[in-house]
Amino acid sequence: MSNILQDAKNAVQGVAQMVMQKAVQLAPDSFIPGGRPDPLIREQHGNVGKPLSRLDGPQKVRGAAPFAAEFALDRMLYASVAFSTVVRGRISRIDMAAAEAAPGVALVMTHLNAPRMAKVPLLMSKPKAAGGIDLPIMQDDRVHWSGQPIALVLAETQEQADHARSLLRFEYETEPAVTAFAAAKALGTETGQFMGQPLKMERGDTAKGLALAQYKVDRTYTTPRHSHNAIELHACTVAWDGDTLRVHDASQMVAHTAWSLAQVFGIEEGQVHVTSPFVGGGFGGKGLWWHQVLAAAAAKLTERPVRLTLSREGVHRVVGGRTCTEQRVAIGARADGTFDALVHTGTVVISRHNPMPEPFILPVMSAYASGSLKFDLEVAHIDMLANTFMRAPGEAVGTFALECAVDELAVEMGMDPIELRLKNEPEKDPVTGAPPSQRDTAKAFRDGAERFGWSKRGAPASRREGEWQIGMGVATACYPYHRMPGGAARMTLGQDGSVVVEIAAHEMGMGTMTAHTQVVADRLGLPLDKVDFRYGDSFQPGMVMAGGSQQTASIGFSIIAAQRELVTELLKLAGNSSPLAGLAADEVGGVNRGLGKLDDPDRHESYASILSRAQRDELVVEGSAPPPIEVQHWSMHSHGAMFCEVGVNGVTGEVRVQRFLGSFDCGRILNPKTAASQFRGGIIMGLGLALMEETQFDERLGRIMNPSLAEYHVPVHMDVPEIDVIWTDIPDPHAPMGARGIGEIGITGVGAAVANAIFNATGRRVRDLPITLDKLL
Amino acid sequence: MTPFSYAHATDLAQALDLATAPGAKFLGGGTNLVDLMRETIERPAALIDVTGLSDGIEEREDGSLLIGAGVKNSALVAHRAVRTRYPVLARAVLAGASAQIRNMATVGGNLLQRTRCTYFYDTEGSRCNKREPGQGCDAIGGFNRIHAILGASHACVATHPSDMCVALAALDATVHISGAGGERSVAITDFHRLPGDRPDIETVLEPGDLITAITLPAQRLAANSAYRKVRDRASYAFALVSVAAALEVSDGRVRDVRLALGGVAHKPWRATQAEGLLRGGPATPGAFRAAADAELADARPLGENGFKIELAARTITAVLADLAGADA
Amino acid sequence: MPIHVNGSAVSVPDDPRVSLLDLLREGLHLTGTKVGCNQGACGACTVLVDGERILSCLALAVQYDGREITTVEGLAEGDTLHPLQAAFVDHDGFQCGYCTPGQICSAIGMAGEIERGMPSHVTQDLATETIAISRGEFQERMSGNLCRCGAHNGIIDAISGVYAGDRGALERFAHVAESAE
Repeated sequence: MSNILQDAKNAVQGVAQMVMQKAVQLAPDSFIPGGRPDPLIREQHGNVGKPLSRLDGPQKVRGAAPFAAEFALDRMLYASVAFSTVVRGRISRIDMAAAEAAPGVALVMTHLNAPRMAKVPLLMSKPKAAGGIDLPIMQDDRVHWSGQPIALVLAETQEQADHARSLLRFEYETEPAVTAFAAAKALGTETGQFMGQPLKMERGDTAKGLALAQYKVDRTYTTPRHSHNAIELHACTVAWDGDTLRVHDASQMVAHTAWSLAQVFGIEEGQVHVTSPFVGGGFGGKGLWWHQVLAAAAAKLTERPVRLTLSREGVHRVVGGRTCTEQRVAIGARADGTFDALVHTGTVVISRHNPMPEPFILPVMSAYASGSLKFDLEVAHIDMLANTFMRAPGEAVGTFALECAVDELAVEMGMDPIELRLKNEPEKDPVTGAPPSQRDTAKAFRDGAERFGWSKRGAPASRREGEWQIGMGVATACYPYHRMPGGAARMTLGQDGSVVVEIAAHEMGMGTMTAHTQVVADRLGLPLDKVDFRYGDSFQPGMVMAGGSQQTASIGFSIIAAQRELVTELLKLAGNSSPLAGLAADEVGGVNRGLGKLDDPDRHESYASILSRAQRDELVVEGSAPPPIEVQHWSMHSHGAMFCEVGVNGVTGEVRVQRFLGSFDCGRILNPKTAASQFRGGIIMGLGLALMEETQFDERLGRIMNPSLAEYHVPVHMDVPEIDVIWTDIPDPHAPMGARGIGEIGITGVGAAVANAIFNATGRRVRDLPITLDKLL
Repeated sequence: MTPFSYAHATDLAQALDLATAPGAKFLGGGTNLVDLMRETIERPAALIDVTGLSDGIEEREDGSLLIGAGVKNSALVAHRAVRTRYPVLARAVLAGASAQIRNMATVGGNLLQRTRCTYFYDTEGSRCNKREPGQGCDAIGGFNRIHAILGASHACVATHPSDMCVALAALDATVHISGAGGERSVAITDFHRLPGDRPDIETVLEPGDLITAITLPAQRLAANSAYRKVRDRASYAFALVSVAAALEVSDGRVRDVRLALGGVAHKPWRATQAEGLLRGGPATPGAFRAAADAELADARPLGENGFKIELAARTITAVLADLAGADA
Repeated sequence: MPIHVNGSAVSVPDDPRVSLLDLLREGLHLTGTKVGCNQGACGACTVLVDGERILSCLALAVQYDGREITTVEGLAEGDTLHPLQAAFVDHDGFQCGYCTPGQICSAIGMAGEIERGMPSHVTQDLATETIAISRGEFQERMSGNLCRCGAHNGIIDAISGVYAGDRGALERFAHVAESAE
């Protein structure tokens, strides 16, 4: 071999080794202007970005992953809950003799004998408030909604408890209630508030813009109530030990739940221990509702552990869902498609016990530039179970109206709907004027259009195959980047060079545990099997709600902070005899199971060696994430382009989604395998929203009539085509790891993409969800 | 679930004897009964397990098929004679429920399925004459998109949810019953009742009666038969409208036809009026549609289910046109 | 006669109200079998009885006297996952993992049905002896198992993968479950 060749080979090997061994710098200050992006973004050869299979996968496929109702405790009693059958009034009489006498019964609890408890602090009213309903629980004879828990029976077996509960009889003094949307509206509305902000704004003169517009659409769209319907029923297993409460919960907010339960029972936060190692689907529904409080109260009265699993009906009676909306979208455009006026207004009905306004105007706050912009969300109040957060609250149904309207305008103008959208792509935040942190919606559309074969789309009602009319539709997906304050993590480095990372975060199937194991391994320079990522325990640091697609960012910054503490401490321990002597934290990074100087790999010492020399068994540090000021400096939003092809049966009106592609611009993707599942999962829930999902609320009875998975339809395997997902993978320089959350964007835009495809297939425009076949006959 | 006693009957005589106990009820696959018991809509004092008593399928010399009431749905489809000679029945069973449920549910139990009306299921919060005669009906004026358009009454607008029974109605099946009064046979079309003012009484069964078998008569035209189910999702959903049909066409004319509808009435709806109009007439989509319209002329829509009239007419027309094939 | 669960004899519960599902979960602490609706609408409780898939929530345990029940806990051989379990991990055929045991048991029951020539709603030729497997066949046959996380693609991919790679693996299992009768 010639010297030249040999030199070249050595050089290549050298580069490869350098790549493999290069230390990853500690992440600095990407959240402030002028700050530098997370160095991990540049890292292309580590674990981040690799399609690692879920680390908890084997446990799950064996049925060995324990969920909340699967912790068996000694002397445990089973609970069964009775629900009110009237909307509003007082319980005037309870006949519980037969129930109390039934075999196996240990307790019948009603407002007459429930322990005195404080109200659960309402979610977002305090940093760790978790309550879904702003009412006292079983403290008086009042009924506030049809389905309110009014009694609980404990017995030795579930069968005994359920039977005894069926023997309870209640009489009520009923009071007038408002249960119809129209009646609630007639009584007056008020402007909705979300995260402390009124959902109302006008910039410029939209009325004038509309009046003068060359082209315009002005339409009304309606969406029904939805229920999360995670397959795991809401459940908890609870036990008191003296004044301390142990809760095995199914939760997307363990720290919040522990603090809130402590307020309810008047004990210290540290006296409530909530764990939730596995959650069988959350989607916004697995918070602190009444069942955990009732179980703890009953356990207190009987001094025995309690298992409470809500029935499927019980979930619908106690756990709120997404509320219904009436939305108006009006757009005025010039001949070239430029928007001069953009209006998104409407009304939602909400309960009197939770101010959640289903903020459908969120998409219009970021999606388009427009000469003038107006949004206004009004709320009307109704006597019903508190509505709540459900996957992409606001965006899921708001994009239906907005993106159908854009499609209608494109049809009106004879313009390609993608070109119309890109014509109005904003250069700065349409509301705040802030620059985007990273935004390449155009690439998502162009890449998606090419891959999907968008150019083959024909004129409306022009393509038929047998009984089936075929059509294509497209819509924008969007979801903001959020990060809530309070992220924190603990790292425990062991002498064997392994690290345990603890953070009170959640794994509901998003792949959190797997993705962050990858992140920690790369930051610390450890192999995956030396990283133990622990979560789902209120005794761990941080309050990291699995909501708002913010977990990834919150955990990401928490780990960055903890690592900085870890490295600082390690450098102190390393001392003067270490190759690292004299180096500052910013000069080193995690590499090859230890710390190394960034520009000099030879100056390196392993974690095990540092601890060993310092005669330390372990090193424990904690770090807290900085406040989320990045969202004040930049407009941080993810976007996507949703492409759909449907067949509509010309005989029956049945709709079948034949192809679907989601093209996303969400920053860097940490794990393509689990991320693809997140995207697909959102899209499939969006197909349900588009075609079949509706919580039927009988406005005469004020009652949910389909509290069942047989009658509340979610997509089955036969409804779900192969769903293609792609992404730009362009890192967001102001987000940790360059990644924005992806749990919710998948459901956005899907309703509109389907509706727009149905229009293209049939020439019929359906503006009322779900698009069931009767609307197409 | 209210406490009950359980006994597994080893033969028919024992089953009938056990059934004389107050509050006794027969148990087949349990796929509907166990759910209804959990909802406390059904509260039997005793369950008599009759699975295994009659789980055979017999091809008889006259060409008919005798199907034991204990035959599982999946076993019914597995039988070659069912698949080749009565495809409408195999198709109907396969369109129903899920594979797991078809592995449990029996033919006899399928005949006794109760409605999916959500007000019927809401034991505590809604009024229902089927659950509590005289209580009133909250489905009228409520969510009634899935409800009946034919044969309903002021007392009840519920539909029968079975797919299998729609095919049986088209096939002129006979239901064999054993009871205190001995054995008797009832035409499937007479087995289920219209609601009238007693929607709680759904069939002609008397207390203690046990369905032992059904007979499918030999029927040449059944070989050219089909079942089409229209529903809100692509699988695992109850029918909004379903059509079971068998058709024989020669020289462009309908020689013989059987037609039944599901999802439209309190019982599987045999479309005799349409059949009468079709027989001997032209086998054309226009004639099919006219016959369908005639059958549906008496349809009475509620607030939300008016679409079923057009849907049923279209589906009937399409199914018959498919069966007529090149002859249409 | 006892009920056999994953090869172990279990006595029939005294209370006839106890479902097979509750016997497994509460009586035997075999919590791999899940409860999603307790009304026959979701498939999470699917187990195999003499090799056939059923819904354990609608099954009164007392009716299964003398039968052989296989649950998700009975599928792996020691540390070695059943090929379908491994395929679910590889294809990310789940997210939260709650419907997963039911999906897996259901798919194994389905394999036996396909092998026996049982048609489905989407099988074109009812008279066929051999089912032509396809994505659509799998989708229809698995539709009794709901998944709310939306892992449908991964689930069907996992099943298809096992069929494509080693169809015998599923079939052998179907036989094992039957011969245990």
